[in-house]
Amino acid sequence: MRGSRSVPSKSAGRAGRRGPRRFTRRDTVVLGVLLGIPVLLEAVIVWGPTLASIGLSFTSWDGIGDIHWVGGKNYESLVDNYPAFWPAVRHNLLWIAFLGLVATPFGLLLAVLIDRGVRFSRFYQSVLYMPVVLSLAVVGFMAQLLLGTDQGVINTALGNESDPIDWLGNSDLNIWMMMIAASWRHTGYVMILYLAGLKSVDPALKEAAAIDGANTRQTFFRVVFPTLRPVNVIVGVITVIEALRAFDIVYAVNKGRNGLELLSVLITDNIIGEASRIGFGSAIAVVLLTVSLGFIVTFLVQELRGARDR
Amino acid sequence: MSRRNVLRGAAAGAGAVTLPALLSACGDGPGGKKNEVTMGSNSSDAVPKKAFQDAFDAYKKKTGKTVKVHTTEHNEFQQNITRYLRATPDDVFMWFAGYRMQYFAEKGLLVDISDVWKGFSGFSQALKDQSTHDGKQYFVPYYYYPWAVFHRKSLFAERGYEQAKTWDEFIALAKKMYRDGIPVAFCDKDGWPAMGTFDYINMRLNGYDFHKGLMAGEEAWTDTKVKKVFDLWRELMPYYQKGALGRTWEEAGQGLQKRRTGMAVFGMPHPGQQFPAKERDDIDFFAFPEIDPAHGQDAVEAPIDGFLIAKKAKNVDAGKDLLTWLGTPEAEEVYLAGDPNNVAVNDKADTATYTALQKKSAELVSGAKQISQFLDRDTRPDFAQTVMIKALQDFIDDPGDVDGLVNRIERQKKDIFAQAVG
Repeated sequence: MRGSRSVPSKSAGRAGRRGPRRFTRRDTVVLGVLLGIPVLLEAVIVWGPTLASIGLSFTSWDGIGDIHWVGGKNYESLVDNYPAFWPAVRHNLLWIAFLGLVATPFGLLLAVLIDRGVRFSRFYQSVLYMPVVLSLAVVGFMAQLLLGTDQGVINTALGNESDPIDWLGNSDLNIWMMMIAASWRHTGYVMILYLAGLKSVDPALKEAAAIDGANTRQTFFRVVFPTLRPVNVIVGVITVIEALRAFDIVYAVNKGRNGLELLSVLITDNIIGEASRIGFGSAIAVVLLTVSLGFIVTFLVQELRGARDR
Repeated sequence: MSRRNVLRGAAAGAGAVTLPALLSACGDGPGGKKNEVTMGSNSSDAVPKKAFQDAFDAYKKKTGKTVKVHTTEHNEFQQNITRYLRATPDDVFMWFAGYRMQYFAEKGLLVDISDVWKGFSGFSQALKDQSTHDGKQYFVPYYYYPWAVFHRKSLFAERGYEQAKTWDEFIALAKKMYRDGIPVAFCDKDGWPAMGTFDYINMRLNGYDFHKGLMAGEEAWTDTKVKKVFDLWRELMPYYQKGALGRTWEEAGQGLQKRRTGMAVFGMPHPGQQFPAKERDDIDFFAFPEIDPAHGQDAVEAPIDGFLIAKKAKNVDAGKDLLTWLGTPEAEEVYLAGDPNNVAVNDKADTATYTALQKKSAELVSGAKQISQFLDRDTRPDFAQTVMIKALQDFIDDPGDVDGLVNRIERQKKDIFAQAVG
């Protein structure tokens, strides 16, 4: 391993080019087809719609009649005239922050506890992992059974029939309830990923740290956690993805209105509903794309830099 | 733009490749099965679903033709209607009268059924108007249901409540109920039930013509007339049950049934479907109270449901045949036998089997000077869906800032109504 790493990559590249052709024509064809199909699919399924959305976001179109070019007007009305827009942006960012700062670290904590072998750890492991098999929409329905105003389990248990807590209707409360419900599922997911990671940490590292006089905390944060880097990256990506696609749960609860606005819901409302403001909806989609790209680019930059350092 | 040509070209290309294969694979040919007509249904609730099935069974018995029903959950059907009509709609589909039908007719998504209408009798001019766009008929009305203030007879008797005739009486009644621990039922989690209250206050205060103008985008939402509507509504708010934005109409209906609430502004099927059959005789209503004597209680909000044929339907002839039958009094009678929460539109339908509530509803509507269709059926769907739902929920959440609210509505309205239909 050491040897291969010490060879400067530049000379390795040059050596490759100077050497005999490694690919026969047949190889090239096979590679071309195998790579070409996914690239084509990606272009058609991913880039096509993306570019179409960007294009449509400068138009006004009801999906049936003619397309009218309106320039930046959709963006203007979005920012100035659409009361749901800013709350949706805030909620999207809040969702990422909550999963990233609360749910994911909590999953890590559970993984560490279980990995250290608390009693009944297998039991906890299965119970915590169980919600992951549920779709977020189902979690949303369950949340309604628990949190409903008149007939919810929690309000019934609290016995405050005359003045029930409006968990789902109060716009100061409901987003938090939804994030907790979503975290219920997210935590188990993160826990399993970290458990797998922790199992692969070489015990010798911990021993070495102990010999050097590190306490448990130091061992974890200085030695174990950094070796989990590949898992951390995956978990980070999953957290952002999960946060950005939090659509089903709010849509199942109240169609993503009244305190549960998310960009994805606004896109749906404008594009697929009876309304069909496709140009306007596309403009919101472009905003969501920008938010997502922000995270993707950051991640890629980090990754590429990390790969170069390695 | 050449988008249409491109699409047409692509469709023709795809058709040229697949059509022969399809033709040989499908023995019935492109027209669908001769003795079967498909129906896109939004009647997902148990009671109407069963009643519709009864009606279609009766059609089969009479003509030997089968109606194949594809049911979609009510709200979902509405959400997806545009996509549905553009893609592969059934031969006949269920929808609403008035602006919401006209909007699709304007876009060229519906089949003109004026020829079917020529054979109809028993429909009033008002009904024909609600089925017409640009002089042509597109819609067969089937039943309607009025909106009013619903309550339990027995509860009113037990507590000595009296039906309110005027706004002052109404507020006094609400106040009394609230003090008795049975507040006025209210819900708007679904986003539309509160629209009924808005419409009624608006029509009682400003009249039907103003309602129509406001819905058509001609009147300004910043008009003091509109602000006054919200101000009056705010008088009622303290006596509502709490947590309206977390409550569906089903839950509100059940609260009324369980005597936890005193009354509710609802459409007739809403309490009707939440009361067990043996308690339905206990449901009563009174017309929404008078606010300005100049308008009295002239207007009644009575949404009409019915059937249409989509432009892309495969089997238009079979669809028209079914519509011809559905426009008969007999077809309505079969339906209403199974769903007593609505009232027939055809004058000739037999009312002998009506319940007391149905009779009262029919009287209410026939005595009305104007019939409105509900906020989201009287205005552009893009406006109702993306602006008004949030606006009314915002008002319920914080009734204080009316000026800001109507300004926001007006600005969005201008944006949306600036876009052409079609």
